[in-house]
Amino acid sequence: MAKLYFEDVKEGMEIPVLKKHPTTRQLVMWAGASGDFYEIHYDKDFAQGTGLPGVIVHGWLTFSFLNQMITDWIGEDGRIKKIGVSYRGMHFPCQELVCKGVVKRKYKENGENLVECEIWAENPKGEKTTPGTCIVALPSRET
Amino acid sequence: MEEIITEEIKKRIGVESEPVYFDVEKGHIRRFADAIGDPNPLYRDEKYARKTKYGTIIAPPTFVTALTDREWARQNIFEVECPLKRVLNGGNEIELYEPIRAGDRISVTYKLVDATVREGKVGKMLFLIYEAYYRNQFGDLVAKVRNTLIRY
Repeated sequence: MAKLYFEDVKEGMEIPVLKKHPTTRQLVMWAGASGDFYEIHYDKDFAQGTGLPGVIVHGWLTFSFLNQMITDWIGEDGRIKKIGVSYRGMHFPCQELVCKGVVKRKYKENGENLVECEIWAENPKGEKTTPGTCIVALPSRET
Repeated sequence: MEEIITEEIKKRIGVESEPVYFDVEKGHIRRFADAIGDPNPLYRDEKYARKTKYGTIIAPPTFVTALTDREWARQNIFEVECPLKRVLNGGNEIELYEPIRAGDRISVTYKLVDATVREGKVGKMLFLIYEAYYRNQFGDLVAKVRNTLIRY
């Protein structure tokens, strides 16, 4: 796996984009693996009965995609310390979901090399549905 | 006017729940990673994982959501007495202190930490903030999760 060092990171740099195409099948797999069986994620009639246009992607699945973007980027020697998102907009199955991020700040604290990033998911209209932040600890070439 | 932050909600704020326990299985971790579509070998390849600093298969950061006491969440958050019946996940935040590993026995406790009412586009919205604390078999806190559940 790729390995990201603290020295390789610059403020303002973009995190490599991760594109996902969640299908209804994937939502069912997620329901089974996560234990979230709320019907708005796989039963169209139920979802429409609550006022939604159709089934929607689980927030935690979108959040997981954003985590994958980060772990793909930092590699296994880096570590996510904190990651959080708010759900402002929905994603629908069979539509592209794009995970993006940018480095806001790099700093040292308590002997750790930390990088703070802004992260978000975009729908096909390019709207930010799921903004959030993430703090990762990275290895250094110096130590 | 009907009260939104009911006595049932008020009496729960600040009270930590009794722990529930989960035995973390590598098959479950693999199915979880498959559902994300994440091919990372740390989540599925024992031989590979053994040579890393982790020494064994670990779970993706969001695996904490698979270790949820849904009955607690139903009684205390999703269906706790309140005139606003519809629910939305407003946000989630994970603080990770160390990875959850295959073979761990994880205990989870919960606490409702805050309840606030805001005026939104669809009328009054109740924001329930609740935290979950994940400890491993050695008693170490491995993760803390802060959730925002919206009732509207």
